[in-house]
Amino acid sequence: MSGALTVTGLRVVRGEREILRGVDLRVEPGELCALMGGSGAGKSTVLRSVAALQPFESGTIDAGGFVLQPGPVPRESRLKELRSRVGMVFQAHSLFEHLCALDNVTLAPVHALGWTRAKAKEVALGLLEALGVAHRAAAFPRELSGGEAQRVAIARALAPNPMLLLMDEPTSALDPARRGALGDTLCELAREGGRGLLISTHDVEFARGFCDRVVILSDGVLVEEGPAADVLERPTHPATRDLLQHRDASP
Amino acid sequence: MRGVIRRLRGSGAILVLSTLLLAACGREPASTDTAKPPLRWGGDAEGGAPFVEADPANPSAVRGFDVEIEGMIARGLGREPRFVQVAWASIEQSVERGDFDVGMSGLEDRPELRARHAVSIPYFEFHEVLAVRPEDRGRFRRLDDLAGRRVATLGATMAYSMLLDAQRRVGVVPVSYDDDVHPYTDLVAGRVDAVLLDNVIADRSLKRTGGGFVIQPEPAATGHYVAVFAKSNAALRDSANEVLRARMRDGSLEQTFRRWGVWSDQQARYFQRVLAAEPEGETAATSGAERATLATYLPALLRAAAITLVLSCLAMALAVAVGIAVAAGRVYGHPALRALLTVYVEVMRGTPVLLQLFVIYYGLSGVVRLPAFAAAVIGLGLNYAAYESEIYRAALLAIPRSQLEAGRTLGLSEGQILRLVRGPQALRLALAPMTNDFVALLKDSSLVSVITVVELTKQTAIYATNVGSWVVPGILCSLLYLAFSLPLSRFARRLERRWSTA
Repeated sequence: MSGALTVTGLRVVRGEREILRGVDLRVEPGELCALMGGSGAGKSTVLRSVAALQPFESGTIDAGGFVLQPGPVPRESRLKELRSRVGMVFQAHSLFEHLCALDNVTLAPVHALGWTRAKAKEVALGLLEALGVAHRAAAFPRELSGGEAQRVAIARALAPNPMLLLMDEPTSALDPARRGALGDTLCELAREGGRGLLISTHDVEFARGFCDRVVILSDGVLVEEGPAADVLERPTHPATRDLLQHRDASP
Repeated sequence: MRGVIRRLRGSGAILVLSTLLLAACGREPASTDTAKPPLRWGGDAEGGAPFVEADPANPSAVRGFDVEIEGMIARGLGREPRFVQVAWASIEQSVERGDFDVGMSGLEDRPELRARHAVSIPYFEFHEVLAVRPEDRGRFRRLDDLAGRRVATLGATMAYSMLLDAQRRVGVVPVSYDDDVHPYTDLVAGRVDAVLLDNVIADRSLKRTGGGFVIQPEPAATGHYVAVFAKSNAALRDSANEVLRARMRDGSLEQTFRRWGVWSDQQARYFQRVLAAEPEGETAATSGAERATLATYLPALLRAAAITLVLSCLAMALAVAVGIAVAAGRVYGHPALRALLTVYVEVMRGTPVLLQLFVIYYGLSGVVRLPAFAAAVIGLGLNYAAYESEIYRAALLAIPRSQLEAGRTLGLSEGQILRLVRGPQALRLALAPMTNDFVALLKDSSLVSVITVVELTKQTAIYATNVGSWVVPGILCSLLYLAFSLPLSRFARRLERRWSTA
């Protein structure tokens, strides 16, 4: 049975630099997987490759049954299937600045999926409600707090009901209380929707508290993986220990 | 030395002799007298033969019957003529400013001219004649046959006044040009149905075009060419009149006119009349000089202001549409298309819009015969499109990549991302520079008067020429432009504020 995401031997080269040197990675449906590593370890590159935002040199990516091959990024018209199966939440939320929260969420369902406006609005309001920001539906991104904006961005990514949700550093702009609330929400999303969540983060507390599994990326290779509790309590690889130490030193 | 003077004073005979000598010196030709300044005279060499044209043998010199007559006047006054080039429509204003002593370039004797300046006796009599296409020879015999038809002439002339009068009486549509060549080429091209100008210009154009139109035999009016002086310079005018009469009498004027092929029996009879009626003076001066008042010109100014506004709005709409297409092509297009569009932008920005208007209206008339207003909209629109496209291109490139990637991960196509995400955000960035451009376009729209569209500035110039002052027309015109541009800037600021808080 195929997982929500299966990455095999992923290699990415930019110029002279080999950013990913053969990464194997699997995310199961209903699973919260934390992708950890220091800055420049290649976390964002993994997410961007899976989301077909950048080309890769070799390996394969199977995202919920849609297989990406090495080489240039295919034309958008060939990626329709992938787009409906994989959602992405960007680090700085990247909400459309000229649209209110509700319109941010309904834009893709109406224009990319061809839903009626009424249906898109109903689904969007439901998502905003579930994420606790329905009262901000008419607000523009500038008027939202960091936490609110992020929830709207999650609602936007979830509107097409993807099987796999990619999130780039979701906790970087949040205070501890909001971080906990976000963790609970993501757990619910994974359990109830049967979705796979791949979350890049260097927030050890968040990973320990909410993620099922942790993969550690160092210098373009996967150096350690396993249940969050095991990996983060009893790290075996120097890179993991480094990561934990670094975290503890600077809260 | 003192002793010598005392002795000279003492001698009455010597005193008389020296006085005569001094007086004689004064009458000597200027070539031997360095004390007398040259007689500066203003004319427009663009007006061409037979009035004033650049000498083909020596393009820095001018020739023509006005040049020769001016030479006679100058030498008669014991001065050297010195030519000053000036735009024909500005001769009267310039002479009053003191840019030169006398203006001459086929200037028509008009009551307003005499009311405002010192004017010489008329030195040439002409007829206003109607030129029509050969097939219209039978039906357009007189001005009154041209109700609802477009009739061309030179702006700020007696013929233009006649057309305005005919507009009121029978509904003729006057079309004003800045030169006397294009009225006839547009007549042949079918853009206008008749041309009303004096017989000298009409004959010259008939020779130049080699047919293509006919001149109706019945003159529409009779007029005269005069030289114009500053109002305060009546003394010089009087001296010049003496010289002109003398040259009429001794046949020099006749010889000149014969040389330029404009002599006729009519001219001979006219000279006889002038010489018999001596001193004729200013009899024409008071022949009902109607002063143009604010009330008579305000409706025309407002109409012209409306034309400026409509023209600018249409040109801007075109500029925005083409600008968006060019910007999109330069950001998304194939390298070949990008190169092509870059050439378009650089050519449109790198050449004068005046030149572009000429090319579109006159240059392309062999291929596509655009009405003047359409040519103006297209010319200004395509020119401004180049500037708009650069604004949009910069704005498109300023939208963060993550916004576009967010669109892609949501399954929007490139076209949808441009239309729904990138474009609307870029438009907000482009708003302030666009407003600036629209205000600039409002002002640049005054250039289209060169292709016969009478807009606000042109109408103001006509008004100013008629009242002989730029003060009131200038203030009125400025107020009208400000009435357009100020609310526009305010509107843009409000929109910007709303979007920046949103």
